[in-house]
Amino acid sequence: MDYFAQQLINGLVLGSIYGLIAIGYTMVYGIVGMINFAHGDIFMIGGFIALITFLILVSMGLSAVPLILLIVLLVSMAVTAVYGWVVERVAYRPLRHSFRLAPLLSAIGMSFVLSNFSQVTQGAQVKPIPPLITGGHTLHDSGNFAVQLSNIQIVVVVTTIVLLAIFSYMVSRTRFGRDMRACEQDQTMAALLGVDVDRTISMTFVIGAALAAVAGMMYLLYYGLVDFFMGFVAGIKAFTAAVLGGIGSLPGAMLGGLAIGLIETFWSAYFSVEYKDVAAFSILIVVLIFMPTGLLGRPEVEKV
Amino acid sequence: MAAPASTQHTVARDPAIVFILKKSVISAFVALILFSLMVGVRTFPGETGQLTYTTRFGELASIVAIVFGGSIVLELLRRWIGPVGGIELPATVRHVVSTLGRLLAPALLIFALLVPVIFYNQRYLLDLSILVLTYVMLGWGLNIVVGLAGLLDLGYVAFYAVGAYSYALLAQSGLPLPYFISTYPFVAVDFLQLGAWAFWVLLPISGLLAACWGVMLGFPVLRLRGDYLAIVTLAFGEIIRLVIINWQDLTGGPNGISGIPRPTFFGIPLTPGENGFAALIGVPFSPTHRLVFLFYLILALALLTNWVTIRLRRLPIGRAWEAMREDEVACRALGINITTTKLSAFAIGAMFGGFAGAFFATRQGFISPESFTFQESALVLAIVVLGGMGSQLGVALAAIAMIGGFELFRGLDQFRMLVFGGVMVLLMIWRPRGLIGHRSPTVFLEHNRAISSDVVKEGQG
Amino acid sequence: MNGGDDILAVEHLSMRFGGIVAVNDLSFAARRNRITALIGPNGAGKTTVFNCITGFYKPSSGSIRLMPAGGGMMRLERLNDFRISKVAKVARTFQNIRLFPGMTALENLMVAQHNMLMRASGFTLLGLLGLPSWRMAERDAIERARSWLGRIGLLARADDAAGNLPYGDQRRLEIARAMCTEPVLLCLDEPAAGLNARESAALNELLLAIRADYGTSILMIEHDMSVVMEISDHIVVLDYGVKIADGSPRAIRDDPKVIAAYLGTDEDTATAVIEGDA
Repeated sequence: MDYFAQQLINGLVLGSIYGLIAIGYTMVYGIVGMINFAHGDIFMIGGFIALITFLILVSMGLSAVPLILLIVLLVSMAVTAVYGWVVERVAYRPLRHSFRLAPLLSAIGMSFVLSNFSQVTQGAQVKPIPPLITGGHTLHDSGNFAVQLSNIQIVVVVTTIVLLAIFSYMVSRTRFGRDMRACEQDQTMAALLGVDVDRTISMTFVIGAALAAVAGMMYLLYYGLVDFFMGFVAGIKAFTAAVLGGIGSLPGAMLGGLAIGLIETFWSAYFSVEYKDVAAFSILIVVLIFMPTGLLGRPEVEKV
Repeated sequence: MAAPASTQHTVARDPAIVFILKKSVISAFVALILFSLMVGVRTFPGETGQLTYTTRFGELASIVAIVFGGSIVLELLRRWIGPVGGIELPATVRHVVSTLGRLLAPALLIFALLVPVIFYNQRYLLDLSILVLTYVMLGWGLNIVVGLAGLLDLGYVAFYAVGAYSYALLAQSGLPLPYFISTYPFVAVDFLQLGAWAFWVLLPISGLLAACWGVMLGFPVLRLRGDYLAIVTLAFGEIIRLVIINWQDLTGGPNGISGIPRPTFFGIPLTPGENGFAALIGVPFSPTHRLVFLFYLILALALLTNWVTIRLRRLPIGRAWEAMREDEVACRALGINITTTKLSAFAIGAMFGGFAGAFFATRQGFISPESFTFQESALVLAIVVLGGMGSQLGVALAAIAMIGGFELFRGLDQFRMLVFGGVMVLLMIWRPRGLIGHRSPTVFLEHNRAISSDVVKEGQG
Repeated sequence: MNGGDDILAVEHLSMRFGGIVAVNDLSFAARRNRITALIGPNGAGKTTVFNCITGFYKPSSGSIRLMPAGGGMMRLERLNDFRISKVAKVARTFQNIRLFPGMTALENLMVAQHNMLMRASGFTLLGLLGLPSWRMAERDAIERARSWLGRIGLLARADDAAGNLPYGDQRRLEIARAMCTEPVLLCLDEPAAGLNARESAALNELLLAIRADYGTSILMIEHDMSVVMEISDHIVVLDYGVKIADGSPRAIRDDPKVIAAYLGTDEDTATAVIEGDA
């Protein structure tokens, strides 16, 4: 039971990270109807930016952990957001009304560019950092097994919740949120009613990238490392999460992220670590086949 | 606007220059933000193993300068040439191009046949041609699924892997032959050692096994469309690779399988020994013989793929594939069984992938999961899309351009994939419908007129 | 209802989407070798009925029976989509034309003969080898397609992409394509929509000729009253998923319930419009 509780905690933390990435997929899919294949790599870039910022801050002699965290968070969000903006501008906007396959391939190309860019600039090795946030709480100790809730886990979950709150506010209450939802429904009509569609789509990518950057930073803090290839697998899993939750649905993305995090953690804990990715991918396949609209998605009626 | 200096334009030119400069400054500023940390700072493990960093402000400055200069040049070019892609060739030019196009395929074929003669002494070029032909074959195989049937497959490499591993494993263990033994219902298995004929027996078997996997993948994804189909096939390809990595007892895991039997000239080994091919025909042995043989082998396999595809397009099954790509609902209304039509496309595409895989295994003599990554799938898909969906010639040209281009950048080493990704993005923006942007009809009454890709659909599945 | 000369009998058909009842307990019959029109205001559930008959929807309840000339009976609600065309020989066209736009007119008609050609090609194997029996079957198929193209006046454009044909030609090509499956019942979803007067006169002629020459029964949804009144033998009127009238064109024209449903409650205007139209 204790072991189970521990896995539950671990799974929820991992799921928060996936959920943050999944929101980017779901937003972009909702508004331009394409899989932003490079989004996983945006997450990876976010992790790298966080790593580099962290190293610089430490070498400058800064030692107040909350301050470091805040600066790292803001810098990685800001810089990664620019990456998101540029990717949309360069690789997707020229193809927005093009044939279906072209944007997909362009996105795959962009994904190669980003991952190999960081390989070229930062090297292929795994980049470890010493743990920044240490310590934790023992929730329950049965003698042979102690359920731990580490401080870093608390930070990940709390950051996720705060960001989601801000983000939900943006989508439901602000002008941008309204524009975004309008563009999802009908871009032409939105444009006729004075919505700047280009700008709204750009903003969608920017926000998605910023959230992915947070996920990248959390990943760095939680696992203590980043590498140039981590975007691919994390990206597919986060996409799985988005689909599981119902693509286009923002709460669904978070829910799906948590579900994938839990499944992966439990699979590793009870079955085999080697096959955890196989499990995640299999779930993607099973979900798409039996529940293509996901948990919270709108059903699609075939028009004849 | 920004035409070469002429006094009348001075007034009009100034705002243009300001505009261009403004744009370039913005680009440079964005580049500065993008690259300040990723390029300006290099992280590396320090002496104690702790991560540390150095700065590379020189590189950063030059990149930002390049972006600044580059965007000025780009903007000027745009003003002179007009928007990229807006270039319409005049009718006469197009006519000449299309005539040349008709001659291109036979010319390419003749050239391909002569490659080993021309480049007999250049092992590197022969090797490269074999590689190119392998991708031509993979492209033609995937073209059946993506180009004709309109089913987006991002996991094609799975079938390549299945073919390669089927061949490698069966060639090493022998062909299992089950037979009934006296204590029925038990079945015993004997392993038939294939020896010199291994490749020739196992080639079709590998293809058939890959086809079975094609059907197995096809069944669950029958109802999926577009991007969903793409992502599921991608996941399927990754699953196959992960299973190969982790199922060490069978596949050797990440270490792969080595000592895979080389192909024989229909039973005669291409080795220096007494029974070798060279000794039998009475010429001194040369390792190039095998290379030449492999070249013709893959050429034959690729041409087989091409021939079958061309034949199938004119048969009801091929027309049903294309019709399905155009409109699945209409197909159903015409009594076409979408299930079998889709599965047959998956199976036949996978079969050729399997053939190519078996060839790959016998050529290399060694296979490992590293050869079957997502990048391969993306590369083959890029070849098909760049070729112009459904066009056999286009796919061949795209394979030559992509693999050849990829080799050109071999010297760039780790920059290679970076460049490749960038080129992919640019090519898609330049020609979203690929090099050959039209479809040729499968049957005609009077005129065999090419159909512009504007009306040809890409498929929903 | 059980008249021996019905080709299609729809009984107590209902179709619900979630809470919405698109078709409610609908019963009607289509006569053999006759043209039956299904009319009604927008949203009356006509296309839903079509989709049930041609297998794109599974009806929530009710039965759809097809009685081909050779005897026997098929329950269409139990067949899934492609079998309705393949086995039951019911063909259809679509409200928004669904040709294969990137294929030529000829190819479109060849695709329609898929099942026959599939058998002739030995399920691809014999065709791959190019056996003479396959070649003959293919030649016959091309001939059939050619004769249909001639019939709809598109012989000169046989080798043009269907997507590049003018709208009216596309409508006729879609009908020819459906006919190439050699159906016993042809279901047309608004065949005259978007046609000008001359084109819709040509359409009338085509449909009458199909009925006369091939003995194909026709069931059509149509808004164009000039087409409906002129060529249909029998009219079924739907409103809000319920049948409100059923009879000969003359009887329907004078039915006040129909007029009320169709054109609102203002019956004077309604009558005037209908008489002016017909």
